[in-house]
Amino acid sequence: MEEVAFFVGAIGALGGAVAVVALRNPFYSVLALVVHLVSLAGLFLLLHAEFLAAAQVVVYAGAVMVLYLFVAAYVGSNEEPLWEPIAGQRFLAPLLAAALFVELSVAILGTGLKSLGGEGATIPAGFGSPAAIGELLLERFLIAFEAASLLLLIAAVGAVVLAASKKEATEVPRGR
Amino acid sequence: MAVEWYLVLSALLFAVGASGVLLRRSPLVILLCLELMLNAGNLALVAFSRSLANQDGQIFALVVMVVAACEVVVGLGLIVAMFRRRLPLNVDEIRSLRG
Repeated sequence: MEEVAFFVGAIGALGGAVAVVALRNPFYSVLALVVHLVSLAGLFLLLHAEFLAAAQVVVYAGAVMVLYLFVAAYVGSNEEPLWEPIAGQRFLAPLLAAALFVELSVAILGTGLKSLGGEGATIPAGFGSPAAIGELLLERFLIAFEAASLLLLIAAVGAVVLAASKKEATEVPRGR
Repeated sequence: MAVEWYLVLSALLFAVGASGVLLRRSPLVILLCLELMLNAGNLALVAFSRSLANQDGQIFALVVMVVAACEVVVGLGLIVAMFRRRLPLNVDEIRSLRG
């Protein structure tokens, strides 16, 4: 049963990822990423990370993707030109990615990590529940938690500064 | 399921995201591919957290999600600013630092 759920989630995540790269319209790429994120949330549930799965669906697939969709709709769906700045880029890039995958797999499976092999340690009750995660965040990882909130504030202010329409902004003609 | 399955899937997702960054030229899609790579890292973190029965990995994944959200917000702000200034939305054409 667990194997079936894993492979369903893995196929969804992988199909979504490939569709993000392959689809030519950015709007469809964003929708494919939503499929990828929801499948990944299912895999998180299999790994007993319930809070993380919920945060993934609510924050990522919900809020962040809506932001992406708004921007994709705002700038319009311009198809990418077919010319290649580097000759053969369309064949070299997947080749490089395949080499990266092989290298990563060899590195992962070749290590002598204790956690590899077997089903993993038995997990205590309440593992990955909101209560356990919240307790860790507010006790052991309080500084990381506060730094993350400060980072979010800085990013929000920075985005407002970047995207604010300035009346005196010099218009640069397109195609320069 | 053994943890290797999750790790190999994570490596595969990372490679797909990296190929997207190399292939695509729209800054919006490049941001999406960065998300793919960050999520692949998250999957590996959560897989190790499960196999070691240690929740620190999940906190790490949560912080990665926060950083990814910040990166998205700033990146999308840049894209909107580029669109407003009528700059081409193609990373090959905007490679000089001078305005």
